[in-house]
Amino acid sequence: MSRFSNPVRYVALLLTLAVPGIGLFAERAAMAAPAAKTQTVSIKMFAFTPQVLTVTPGTTVTWTNSDEDPHTVTANDKSFHSAALDTDDKFSFTFTKPGDYAYFCSLHPHMTGKIVVKAG
Amino acid sequence: MTEDLREGMSRRSLLTHCAGWAGAGALYTMTGGIASSISLDAALAAPPRYGKTKPFTFLQISDTHIGFDKPANPNARGTAIEAVEKIKALPFKPDLIIHTGDITHLSTDAQFDDAAQILSGLGAPVFYVPGEHDFLDEGQGKAFLSRYGKGTLGTGWHSFDHNGVHFIALNNVANLKPGGMAHLGDDQLAWLKADLASQSSSTPIVVFGHIPLWTVYEAWGWGTDDSAQALALLERFGSVTVLNGHIHQIIQKVEGNITFHSARSTAYPQPAPGAAPSPGPLKVPTEQLPSMLGIRTARFVRGNEPIALIDQSFA
Repeated sequence: MSRFSNPVRYVALLLTLAVPGIGLFAERAAMAAPAAKTQTVSIKMFAFTPQVLTVTPGTTVTWTNSDEDPHTVTANDKSFHSAALDTDDKFSFTFTKPGDYAYFCSLHPHMTGKIVVKAG
Repeated sequence: MTEDLREGMSRRSLLTHCAGWAGAGALYTMTGGIASSISLDAALAAPPRYGKTKPFTFLQISDTHIGFDKPANPNARGTAIEAVEKIKALPFKPDLIIHTGDITHLSTDAQFDDAAQILSGLGAPVFYVPGEHDFLDEGQGKAFLSRYGKGTLGTGWHSFDHNGVHFIALNNVANLKPGGMAHLGDDQLAWLKADLASQSSSTPIVVFGHIPLWTVYEAWGWGTDDSAQALALLERFGSVTVLNGHIHQIIQKVEGNITFHSARSTAYPQPAPGAAPSPGPLKVPTEQLPSMLGIRTARFVRGNEPIALIDQSFA
């Protein structure tokens, strides 16, 4: 079978090439790798704020510790965890799959928080 | 030194020595399992009695937080050195010293090394339990246990006897659970049960660990969520003294035959339970800081006679 034996497909290909191709490719690239989404959680006065944060898949969440005491960000199921964060230290994690991600501070376990990941 | 205390130094003269540096320090006593705060004069008037146990003195130091340099105390290293100097200057030598945790601030090798250097040369063996600040390395306690874990079990628990008193060192800062407080865990509780099984109910018990073994303030995590199981095992003993750190202030509680005492830090104070939006280093006027830091001397006389705890501030 030759490459252009189907006339319909041949026309479609020509149209695709004829239409402003650069714009089309740019749009496709944008869909494949959307602009990075970021959210923040502050760790202050022995609390995660906001305590529950809802994000869309692909969002990178950054925690910043503003306390003079070190804290950690540790998933209850240990699927992610930070090192001990001293004052002004940060920790980032990108959530790709929908779901509820409960976490706590492994040094001060009464400090708890949750990231809810769901399609927007 | 114990012999010296018995023969060379009367109880009155020893306590008078203590009073000399204790200033307005409170004296807490325990008699027959009932703890009470009594005046120093009353303590001095009590006749010394000797039995199976020998009188001795030991010392508690806590929460040195080597490496801490924030506004609440930019020189925590310096105040730890000051504590060591005060211990060295005591008119008598303690038989042993217990450190109730948070030796370092961030569990780094450099901080552990510095702490070891500062705390060396105290002239008495030092027994350590870790605080959560000593267990926050990536190895979750590896740094602490490589230094102080020799001869201990699990995450560092152990016991030893001295002059008829049974000392128990607990770790309640490992493997903490989401939403909980401090935690001993089933393995440690099983060990504690076995360890106590061979002890006579008349043996005085001293338990030490970092976070209080009674609930001081749940909202701040100041308690141990499975401590009731440990306390049940201690119930049959006539004299149980529980010494903790973590909250950087002196608080006591009595529950049956068990008395609980938390100690001051040598590094920085923390707010009284519920007196601030959160726990954490409390910044006070510089001139006020020394009055909020301190060390503690414990004078053990005999059996269910009082254990006198004298808290000495840096002021």
